[in-house]
Amino acid sequence: MFFTMLYDKFDSLKEQQLQIMDKDGKIIRKDLMPKLSNDDLKKIYYYMVLGRAADQKAMNLQRQGRMGTFAPVYGQEAQVASAYALQQGDWVVPAFREHALTLVRGMPLKNFYLYYMGNEIGSVVPEDTRILPVSVPVGSHPIHAVGIAWASKIKKEKTVAITYLGDGATSEGEFHEAMNFAGVMKAPVIFYCQNNHWAISVPRSIQTASKTIAQKAVAYGFPGIQIDGNDIFAVYAATKEAVDRARNGGGPYFIEAVTYRFGPHTTADDPTKYRDEKEVEYWKQRCPVMRLRKYMANLGIWDDKQEKKLLEKVDKEVEKAVEESEKTPIATVDNVFDYTFAQLTPQLAEQKTYLKKVQDEKKARTQK
Amino acid sequence: MVKTTLLEAINKALHYEMGRDSSVVMLGEDVGKEGGVFRATEGLQQKYGAERVVDTPLAEAGIVGSAIGMAINGLRPVCEIQFFGFIYPAMNQIINHASRMRTRSRGLYTCPLVIRTPYGIGIKALEHHSESTESYFIHTPGLKVVIPSTASDAYGLLVSAIRDPDPVLFLEPTKLYRAFKEEVPIDKSGEYTIPLGKARTMQEGMDCTLISWGAMVKECEKAAELLAKEEIFPEIIDLRTVSPIDTDAILKSVKKTGRAVVVQEAPRTLGLSSEISALIMEKAMMDLQAPVIRVTSFDIVPPLPKAEHYYAPDPYRIYRGVKKVLEY
Repeated sequence: MFFTMLYDKFDSLKEQQLQIMDKDGKIIRKDLMPKLSNDDLKKIYYYMVLGRAADQKAMNLQRQGRMGTFAPVYGQEAQVASAYALQQGDWVVPAFREHALTLVRGMPLKNFYLYYMGNEIGSVVPEDTRILPVSVPVGSHPIHAVGIAWASKIKKEKTVAITYLGDGATSEGEFHEAMNFAGVMKAPVIFYCQNNHWAISVPRSIQTASKTIAQKAVAYGFPGIQIDGNDIFAVYAATKEAVDRARNGGGPYFIEAVTYRFGPHTTADDPTKYRDEKEVEYWKQRCPVMRLRKYMANLGIWDDKQEKKLLEKVDKEVEKAVEESEKTPIATVDNVFDYTFAQLTPQLAEQKTYLKKVQDEKKARTQK
Repeated sequence: MVKTTLLEAINKALHYEMGRDSSVVMLGEDVGKEGGVFRATEGLQQKYGAERVVDTPLAEAGIVGSAIGMAINGLRPVCEIQFFGFIYPAMNQIINHASRMRTRSRGLYTCPLVIRTPYGIGIKALEHHSESTESYFIHTPGLKVVIPSTASDAYGLLVSAIRDPDPVLFLEPTKLYRAFKEEVPIDKSGEYTIPLGKARTMQEGMDCTLISWGAMVKECEKAAELLAKEEIFPEIIDLRTVSPIDTDAILKSVKKTGRAVVVQEAPRTLGLSSEISALIMEKAMMDLQAPVIRVTSFDIVPPLPKAEHYYAPDPYRIYRGVKKVLEY
């Protein structure tokens, strides 16, 4: 039998997983290698390294009390390659562990820091990024990607929507409604599930009795594929196939990217309490950043000098973003009221006036 | 325009907006071929096609959630939830997403969508078909809640709700769907709008202010007939929009009459009548001749049809409330 699509070659019901590059950075399926130039690889690598550096800095800031709780992307940086497969005008509907990939789409790094420092100004997103705000209620946002994609279809536009979710999200009812709507409406939407094995302290085995998460797509009438989520070639190839297929009217596509979070769920939990260090070590041997670096080194396009230079550049970018974020004034009273509705209601206008007056009075009292 | 029922007015308003604006789409269970279980969307799919009038899978969160995505991507979806008692699976979408997308994106992404749903007692229906739980939604920042009580208001408010830049929950009193016929003052093209957030004085009076909304407005009018026999003339205010409410209209009338009775079909505790009562206390206490009285349903599950008449305010209970504030 001759298969042309990746999801035909790798059957999710048989637990077959797409892997193109092995853990040591060697290409094991040359026939499936996606077209990525050396420049593309360096760009992808840059965003992965930037994402990791941004994350580590954020962790330090959080420990110092300069930043609030956030969900580190550490270990899942191969997500960058999925965003790399999108085109201008495509929509990204994230959960809350996607800050590495949003950088590819033009999200300023400053926004990440501002938002998790608790400053509303961090939610001011450049219009052409088409990235929806972080969505914290788990599993409730994929349906928005379905609606966005469905609207593109109605408007006869060639844009697609991709939504990111975790393994835990696949237990939520709204996730299943999203999958069902996507299938019925044949919406040009891609579900990218980052199966990082842990929903806070609950392992993947407790989320579902399915052998793979990808196989759930089969029940909803569209393809699902399990991939090595730490292999940027597998990530890019699968997402590219999904995006091209959706853009050409093929409908939805589900990708289960098997990955691992090296750090905690958020800065508020301690993973040593619920998981084995050996497991973490196993996955660290499969680190997505290290694998791409090894591959590029073997290819002769990357050396220690370039690595050092890149780390310096990335550190500077991170420092600059943090500095700018900390300098940004906090949201004003107007700012927290004025986006409730297009126009302030009389009630909100009254409440805002009151709050301003109280703020002024408090100020006057402390100055006395 | 010929006289129409409240239900026909809704259908005509939907036809008008779909004809006027190609970004308006309709989605819900049975809204297409069937034209809705009450026929509110009748003829729409035949006229505007199955791509714009969509029979969806049976999933409320899916309906509202996908409408959120559609609204973000430039459409103006109007969702139908078959009965208000079935809206709860969609509450996460309404509260956590639709009503806060503007805030969360600092105005970049908005949700101009309408969720229409029939509510309230009076059609002798099964359990879960008689709810009046608007307070859950009034409590939600970023969401508007509208309830018409006449055919012309239903038309004018629905057109305004569809054009509103923010999400609107549009509650339709099933009891009044086919209760009367009334002229809707549309112009030649079909245009007729009523601004959201503005109350309507249904009847002027001097002795007491009756404040209500939805199906209870009619009960207030019937109570006024009883009171008129005793030379008592209440002023009746129909809020029409229950979030945000028309504070000025309430206070102006209460300052004139010095007495207020708030009538709601919702359960008593923490209903909108409690908020209105507090509002009057804070802003017009010195104008009051008597405490504000609330006439409400009870903090119980709406009874099945045979005992339904115990539940919601009726003309006599309203009459009694007015007498109480007058005799204080």
